[in-house]
Amino acid sequence: MKYFILNQASRLLFPALLVLSLIVLYRGHNLPGGGFIGGLLAATAFILVGLGDSMERAKELLRIEPVKLMALGLLVAVVSGMPSLLRGAPFMTGEWLPGFSLPLIGKVHLGTPLVFDVGVYMVVIGFALHTTFCLAELAYTEIKEHEE
Amino acid sequence: MNEYSLLLTLLLPLVGAVSLLLGHRSLAFQRAGGIVFSSVTFALSLYLVYVVDRAGFVVIQVGDWQAPFGISLVADRFSAVMVAVSSFMGAAVAIYALAEIDEARLRKFFFPLYLILLFGVNGAFLTGDLFNLYVWFEIMLIASFVLISMGGEKGELEGGLKYVCLNLLSSVMFLAGAGIIYGKTGTLNMADLAYNLSVAEDVNWVISSSMLLLVSFGLKAGIFPFFFWLPASYHTPPSAVSAVFAGLLTKVGVYALFRSYTLMFAPIFPEVQPLILVLAVLTMVTGVFGAASHFDMRRILSFHIVSQIGYMVLGLAFMTPLALAAAIFYLVHHIIVKTNLFLVSGVVIRLKGSCDLAKVGGLCKSAPWLAILFFIPAFSLGGIPPLSGFWAKFALVKSGIEIESWWAVTAALLVGVLTLYSMTKIWGEAFWKQQPENVGAGPLPNPVGRLAYMLAPITVLAVTTVWIGLFGEPLFSFAERAAAQLLNPQEYISAVLQPNTEVLP
Repeated sequence: MKYFILNQASRLLFPALLVLSLIVLYRGHNLPGGGFIGGLLAATAFILVGLGDSMERAKELLRIEPVKLMALGLLVAVVSGMPSLLRGAPFMTGEWLPGFSLPLIGKVHLGTPLVFDVGVYMVVIGFALHTTFCLAELAYTEIKEHEE
Repeated sequence: MNEYSLLLTLLLPLVGAVSLLLGHRSLAFQRAGGIVFSSVTFALSLYLVYVVDRAGFVVIQVGDWQAPFGISLVADRFSAVMVAVSSFMGAAVAIYALAEIDEARLRKFFFPLYLILLFGVNGAFLTGDLFNLYVWFEIMLIASFVLISMGGEKGELEGGLKYVCLNLLSSVMFLAGAGIIYGKTGTLNMADLAYNLSVAEDVNWVISSSMLLLVSFGLKAGIFPFFFWLPASYHTPPSAVSAVFAGLLTKVGVYALFRSYTLMFAPIFPEVQPLILVLAVLTMVTGVFGAASHFDMRRILSFHIVSQIGYMVLGLAFMTPLALAAAIFYLVHHIIVKTNLFLVSGVVIRLKGSCDLAKVGGLCKSAPWLAILFFIPAFSLGGIPPLSGFWAKFALVKSGIEIESWWAVTAALLVGVLTLYSMTKIWGEAFWKQQPENVGAGPLPNPVGRLAYMLAPITVLAVTTVWIGLFGEPLFSFAERAAAQLLNPQEYISAVLQPNTEVLP
């Protein structure tokens, strides 16, 4: 059963939450935020669609299996530690691109710590959604059994 | 270049777990990946041992944040040999798993979790930071929680629940102990802690947190009086899982005890030495009596983990160069032998449907090769020359005689005899006597893979045991060098805090 208001709201909130999660992810290096909390926010966006529409719709929007997203996130996090090895610095040393300014955002610093955070972001989304989808499937089969 | 050997040994299991997750649809890829990644990790860890033995220490300051502010990864000889032997077990058991882990478990990510477990174990051996050690414990534990209860059967869940509860309790103690230390010293870097405590005027306050850590590590290692969870849970999961748990997880606790009492808590060690000595002896004695009273092969073996842990902790309690070397040798020998015995019990279950000694018999006749493969590790555990266990016990007892700790030596010898008694019991019941009528369950229906996949790693481990027994000299002299490093914490401290050498004497 779909609730009309929740359904409509989830359509509006889905992109908004995703954008918010990216902002939180980006500011995380020096301010409150980061990959973990950003990942949770992004996962709530998908869960909202799952509740307002259907879990199938949420899976479609995600496009990739949550388990694979988790694995890729871990991989990104590991790889983010590697660039510093090239110049002989220890593993996980932060490597930064030269800073530049963009309109609206201001000064931009891009570097490997951000890449690491992106990895965390992916792992958290993958984990939260894998759990949610599994629980939803369980609840769904239980309801079906109950109805029968 | 030395740093790469440490880094790769540590990261490869994680990379393996990630690639197995990415290819989780193909079971063949899961199996092949599990074996390839654990074997390559083993090869790298051997290289790490070689590098560390030449250089003394390999240190990485992760993220270029110098110690004591960042997290240091440190490999000394002791941790390198632990990494090598546990990766060896990882590779052997991964092959064994081909024949035992069924499709349902593989679909539930058995191999990724298995590699994460190895990742956690290696990390715990290689970290140089107290809080980071806690994190590695958690990584290892979370993987082990899933592995122990994966089948979802009643027995497994029961054993798993006990295991989870006790380990969470132990983690709380660990955090409390580490918290007190941090509150008092403002650092968690082990080398920095050791330095601060070695120059502090009053260090008696640290006894409280060292006791909290003793309880926490003791729970994980299964020493007296905290061992009760171990025999209650280790016999429930598949043999491949209980073998790797039996071989590795308790040893991480022992490693942590060794590390903390030879490094950070070295200044207060004389105060706690009598306590550790008593605990070690009680661990040996209660473990072996527990084993004598049981009649299920895997339960007997679980109790023997406890009693053998007692020997290792006894080496720590003696704290002489020979005793520490003997304890390190003992650790290596015991990991190999104990893993092997659990693997053999898995073959017994497969052939006879049970490892309850009342229901099993006649294996000597029906499977003579298995009898030989059991004989080697079992009597090595009992300490029969020329197998590896004999030299381990011999060196330990010799070190006890040197410092004239007569009652501990007597207990160690007595426990050795009793160990032999329960190994003879398994031998007599499972292998020697006739198969009892009308009680045997018969071989397991639909085994997963070929028996050869089980026997190959068992044979390799048995040969290693014999080899260590016959040509144990290089390993023992390595253990002596490792013990010398442990007894001289100054070296460790200056290796980790190198850029700050000016503060050191």
